[in-house]
Amino acid sequence: MNPKLRKFLVFCKDFSSNKVALVAFFIFLLILFVAIFAPLVSPTDPYDLNTVSIMNSRLPPFSEDFSGNYFLLGTDGAGRDMVSAIFYGLRVSLGVGVLSGIFALIIGSFFGISAAFFGGRYESLIMRIVDIQLSFPSILVALIILAAFGKGVEKTIIALILVQWAYYARTARSSALVEINKEYVDAARCLAFGNTRIMFKHILPNCMAPLIVVGTLQTAHAISLEATLSFLGLGLPITEPSLGLLIGNGFEYMYSGDFWISIFPGVALLITVASINLVGDHLRDMFNPRLH
Amino acid sequence: MLWFLLLKNSKMTAFICTRFAQSILVLFIMSLLVFGGVNLVGDPVEMLINPEADQAEVERVIRELGLDRPVTEQYWYFLVNAFKGDLGSSFIFGEPALKLIIQRMPATLELALFSLFISLIIAIPLGIYAGYNPDSKASKVIMAGSILGFSMPTFWVGIIFIMIFAVQLGWLPSTGRGEIGTFMGINSSLFTLNGLSHVFLPALNLALFKISSVIRLTRAGTREIILQDYITFARSKGISEKRVVLIHVLKNILIPIVTVVGLEFGSLIAFSTVTETVFAWPGMGKLIIDSIYNLDRPVIVAYLMIIVTFFVFLNLIVDIIYTFLDPRVRIKGDHQ
Repeated sequence: MNPKLRKFLVFCKDFSSNKVALVAFFIFLLILFVAIFAPLVSPTDPYDLNTVSIMNSRLPPFSEDFSGNYFLLGTDGAGRDMVSAIFYGLRVSLGVGVLSGIFALIIGSFFGISAAFFGGRYESLIMRIVDIQLSFPSILVALIILAAFGKGVEKTIIALILVQWAYYARTARSSALVEINKEYVDAARCLAFGNTRIMFKHILPNCMAPLIVVGTLQTAHAISLEATLSFLGLGLPITEPSLGLLIGNGFEYMYSGDFWISIFPGVALLITVASINLVGDHLRDMFNPRLH
Repeated sequence: MLWFLLLKNSKMTAFICTRFAQSILVLFIMSLLVFGGVNLVGDPVEMLINPEADQAEVERVIRELGLDRPVTEQYWYFLVNAFKGDLGSSFIFGEPALKLIIQRMPATLELALFSLFISLIIAIPLGIYAGYNPDSKASKVIMAGSILGFSMPTFWVGIIFIMIFAVQLGWLPSTGRGEIGTFMGINSSLFTLNGLSHVFLPALNLALFKISSVIRLTRAGTREIILQDYITFARSKGISEKRVVLIHVLKNILIPIVTVVGLEFGSLIAFSTVTETVFAWPGMGKLIIDSIYNLDRPVIVAYLMIIVTFFVFLNLIVDIIYTFLDPRVRIKGDHQ
């Protein structure tokens, strides 16, 4: 059998040993599917003004309107179907979270690996910046960026990248420091490969495991942080209704007892974040050599 | 004593000086960022001048604020005024921004302190229990609960608290600070029953995240300490198991917990922004969110500068204390 395929199968078997993580992984896949194909799986298009009727506003869960449309989770203040709004919201939340995570991973591992590779003053400078940034709580970093520059999709993504990159940089550097002393790096140097090639073609692939662990946990954190910022009215604009905005919209109706508008988007957010966290926790245990 | 240590160890003095210089540098970069955000990205005339002002008023304020001068000169005036404690006046309240923030600081501090208290009261017993009986069902429930606590978005839990305890059951109030009592010259709602009923829900909400992390810390600490020789010795002396846990284990885990929790007090203040908004708690966190919503730029700038200064110096003090407690900590700036 192809050794790569065998390695992958062994990994799958290891991963399935924890049933909770396995279930969490499938739930996450389902959420991902719903997010990507939101327009196809949603009962209605919640942002199409032709189908949304204000007459249906604030219907409780399991209700039907006069034309026979069924609302499993009720409707919000504008008469939108909550199920559809949540599906579209997942799309925005996951999109922003994953996108910022990927950018932060690229930026963080670039600085982390190059710091470990070149060492000296450059390394001290980079790691000092990382330390200083990690001494600020994540919400404060995001708050500074968004309060100073205003809200918006790209600003929220920039804030989330800034919050996360330092974690990736620290992880990438510590695993790169271990890799650099291994023989294959010496061999690559003897072959007179360029620094860039050694750093990113040889060292980086061997640092991926811990980076993926940090990546899952950080993405969960980013999704949660984006929801918080959007709820506060600092993150995404009203044209990109993420789960946080949906919860915020429902907040005003809560005092009159219309709980479903706020609660269900929150449940969706909780399930998303918790499933990613559970998968990440299990991956961390798997890659942690001390536990074997 | 401190000065003696400083003289004795010139390396340490150099370390502290470097850290101090770095803190000043961070503050400088922050001032650039905040100034840049307000003055370069947007239109400063639109942002800094009351939109209801007429043309003559607008021109007068432009001259007064020096907006007709070169950018570098404007930045210099911003810095000089900031040092004097003048960060502009709020459009909404018409009062100095700095004064507004300082007025609201006690409310935030009391919320953060009370939530710290709640998190320790709840988390330490649970953590000790989970560490003492690691295989029991209850411990597994506690640990699963702590993972859930990490995953739950604070603001959403706050909304659920309001829904259950304020709207449905009507047990506790959900907004405001309540009656404020005075004790030893300090005004706080912690000193009246009505005030306590107001602070309870927001403090519990803010404590949630801390509870999860303190449970994990306490559990890990307990599991480690229970294996130590002095615990075996205490048991062999015939001391009751209750006393072993309550005196010997508790005393030894408190040291690391108090250190970590004390150091993370700053993050409670940062996260109180969210809780204050949900519970309409009149602290500085709600002030900044309201100011952002109202485009009250002077207050935004003042808040950002104050909170960053606070964190930079908090971190500086923590660094220095750590160096004295444990001289191995990165004297040469190297990283493990």
